[in-house]
Amino acid sequence: MAITVNRKPLSFWEKLYLPAIAGGLQVTIKHAYGSLFQGKQVTMEYPEQRWTLPQNYRGAPYLVKDQDGSTKCVSCQLCEFVCPPKAIRITPPGQDGQAADRANAEKMPKEFEINMLRCIYCGMCQEVCPEEAIFLQKDWSHIAHNRSEMIYNKEKLLALGGTHGGIQKWKHKLEEAKAQESFPVKV
Amino acid sequence: MDWNFIIFSLVKIAVVVGVVQGMVAYSVLAERKISAWIQDRVGPNRAAPPFMKYIPVLGPFLTRLGIFQPLADGLKFMFKEDFTPAGVRTIYFWLAPAIAVVPAMLTVAVIPFGSQIGNQHMVIADLNVGILYTFGIVSLGVYGIVLAGYAANSKYPFFGGIRSSAQMISYEISMGMSIIPVLLIVGNLNLSQIINWQSTHGWLVMYAPISFVIFMVASFAETNRTPFDLPEAETELVGGYHTEYSSMKFALFFLAEYSNMVASSAMMVTLFFGGWSLPFFGLDHVAGPGSLGLGIVHILIFVAKLLFFMVLFIWVRWMFPRFRYDQLMDLGWRRFLPLALVNILITAVWLYLRS
Repeated sequence: MAITVNRKPLSFWEKLYLPAIAGGLQVTIKHAYGSLFQGKQVTMEYPEQRWTLPQNYRGAPYLVKDQDGSTKCVSCQLCEFVCPPKAIRITPPGQDGQAADRANAEKMPKEFEINMLRCIYCGMCQEVCPEEAIFLQKDWSHIAHNRSEMIYNKEKLLALGGTHGGIQKWKHKLEEAKAQESFPVKV
Repeated sequence: MDWNFIIFSLVKIAVVVGVVQGMVAYSVLAERKISAWIQDRVGPNRAAPPFMKYIPVLGPFLTRLGIFQPLADGLKFMFKEDFTPAGVRTIYFWLAPAIAVVPAMLTVAVIPFGSQIGNQHMVIADLNVGILYTFGIVSLGVYGIVLAGYAANSKYPFFGGIRSSAQMISYEISMGMSIIPVLLIVGNLNLSQIINWQSTHGWLVMYAPISFVIFMVASFAETNRTPFDLPEAETELVGGYHTEYSSMKFALFFLAEYSNMVASSAMMVTLFFGGWSLPFFGLDHVAGPGSLGLGIVHILIFVAKLLFFMVLFIWVRWMFPRFRYDQLMDLGWRRFLPLALVNILITAVWLYLRS
């Protein structure tokens, strides 16, 4: 059954459309004035202006160096195994390969590749890393001319990752252990 | 036939066509910019030739204004693939854009865009039947659109074509009727004479305001602009009559639409707003053979008035929602046509009583 909606009949002025036209012109000119002279545009002009990212933003994972500028990664390949989209590929140095460039480490990766086309920024590599050598950072736009350029190698990842001061992992392990002793677990 | 006439006519044609084309290109830019401002956006502000960034203040300013965007747009249209879909009626498909553009350009021929420079009257063809000619040519414009809709052999262009023919024919009548009071008052169909009359008696918009309103609304409908853009209603008909067109053929439809806007703005200026004349500063006399400067000032006045109406066209587009089809017909036939007839009657009685 069709429903009849009772509408108030238009008055003479409303039938002329003129008040509506005037109102419309007023609204549009107000907006035009605002965006022209008062800088009320809502557009963000992207490459020049960027969003301020939240503190816990998860961007692309990069390798970090320690305070001496040597590789933190020890090529344990945990991140490679845990990576859900299989974006990480590590080539270990092998039995008589190059030794680590820092003390207290057996080895370092011969090659460490992250395919940024596959990476989903989930942060599992950061979570699993025993050496605190890989961190999700704030980069989210990757530009390349072809697909092979999107596979970042070790040098590039280390250069982009920057330096994290000091080896903190024992301190963090201690904090974790203490937190587990007191129940309920405080994170 | 003297050579003087031929040469000067050719020069005038070249200049006017060039200016109208340029105006079309830049009114597309104006459309984009003004729509952006109204919608709190920025609009095109990137396209620039590579050397522009080396010019200090001016270069970035012009780039930000989007001055070079029409060049980029034109170039893009040139290099796009001109795709002819399978199943179109090829001959009409090729013919339609041309038929749409030609009347739009022809209308400008009778518009007096200035008074006089040297001995030359600033009008390409000073016809005694100026207005009739315009109406004849304008009504041809619908063929391009209808043919485009028919030739594309596709449902949405077809709807667009049908709508446009119905709409244009309906509004043609009220448009023609709305002009008659003007003709009654002036007693002449020659557009130059109409302007001369206005320069002595004052602008016709004061004598026939209702005519002006009807003419303006009808010319919005004739040029398929919002709120009467049913033939190309993007939300309903994909792109309307030019859905199946691409590349330069599509650009020609664009050109036709904006040329029509220029032409009808020029008609409004000529008929109701005194053309090239201004009622003060002594700018209302025909420039004599010696006064080159005054002639140029007259042309500038005309262009300024024209631009005002172009901006109005664009402004209204971004303000108004589209009419429903029955409302459109209702407005055309049941409101404007009787109003125009009554207007003729009142004007005739007034003139009779005054004489």
